[in-house]
Amino acid sequence: MIYLQLYWEFFKTGLFAVGGGMATVPFLQEMGLRTGWFSPATLADMLAVSESTPGPIGINMASYAGFTVAGVPGGVVATLGEISPSVLIILLVAAMLRAVRGNRTVERAFYGMRPASLGLIAAAGIGVLRLCLLDEAAFAAGGQLSDLLPWKPLLLFALLWGLTNLVKPAKRLHPLTWIAVSAAVGVLAGGF
Amino acid sequence: MELRKLGELFLCFARVGVMTFGGGYAMLPILQRELVERRGWATAEELGDYYAVGQCTPGVIAVNTATFVGFKRGGPAGGVAATLGVVTPSLVIITALAALLSRFAELPAVQHAFSGIRVCVCVLICNAVTKLWKSAVIDGPTLCIFLGTLALSLLTKLSPVVYVPAAALIGILVHVLRRDRP
Repeated sequence: MIYLQLYWEFFKTGLFAVGGGMATVPFLQEMGLRTGWFSPATLADMLAVSESTPGPIGINMASYAGFTVAGVPGGVVATLGEISPSVLIILLVAAMLRAVRGNRTVERAFYGMRPASLGLIAAAGIGVLRLCLLDEAAFAAGGQLSDLLPWKPLLLFALLWGLTNLVKPAKRLHPLTWIAVSAAVGVLAGGF
Repeated sequence: MELRKLGELFLCFARVGVMTFGGGYAMLPILQRELVERRGWATAEELGDYYAVGQCTPGVIAVNTATFVGFKRGGPAGGVAATLGVVTPSLVIITALAALLSRFAELPAVQHAFSGIRVCVCVLICNAVTKLWKSAVIDGPTLCIFLGTLALSLLTKLSPVVYVPAAALIGILVHVLRRDRP
């Protein structure tokens, strides 16, 4: 029963992803590889679309992934799965807001969970980087270092990184701007 | 709980969902305008509290905050109505877009565009990591947790589900051990 499986997979994601939409990426990456529902490349595309459309990124990703797996009902079920743990926990916690907010044990648990969540995001990021910026297939075939490092995507990466981190006026622009620019560069370059 | 009040909550948070662009952190100014200034459903301080709870509970921050505000106004049913409100625009917009994109996915221009976009996604993930780094990696133990999680998830096939509760335990243990040896 695909819908039940979708619901459960996204329930786990909603329960364990700590710290916003990007934190769901490692869970989706592992889910895609384990179930064969979507490839890491598709996941990167879903992330881009989710960043460029209205709505919370985590929810957009769940809707998109669910739709990819099982059409419109799949999107609905995945989204419901992702929000279920939040709703249950918040309804439990809501009654004792003050107790949770200043609670030292909760703070200490988050002290540990934040860097772990970041480690997961970084590992997922390295997976995406290997996929998009390195040509490991050409390297395996040719054995040259220049085969491993295709210059066009690497140049675009360096440019975008510099613009979003070092150039003050550019830093403030919404990610959507950079996604649109990269799409245009991709089309002009005839693909990477 | 009357139906009208639930409908109001649903619509209010559907508006918030449409206007939020880019995740939970982008939602605060919009909530401020919709809940505090327009409707007077909460004070600025209360909203700050709700938001803090949204951040220190698992799950999508936007959903947590919506559930919380809805619950405060209309009990459990209110929490559910507000949450469904905040996710409905995402569902509709993403489903339409995904259906459209999947029809044109074979076109060379679309494929080329996405090959460029994927490079941008790499940059966005890098930037997210640097941004989160400041609040997550604050001392020796947190650096160890970060490096440990990174290394283990690159080298093993352990499910990410394992790391988060384990790290929560380590976080608590670190403080227990520290208190023993002041």
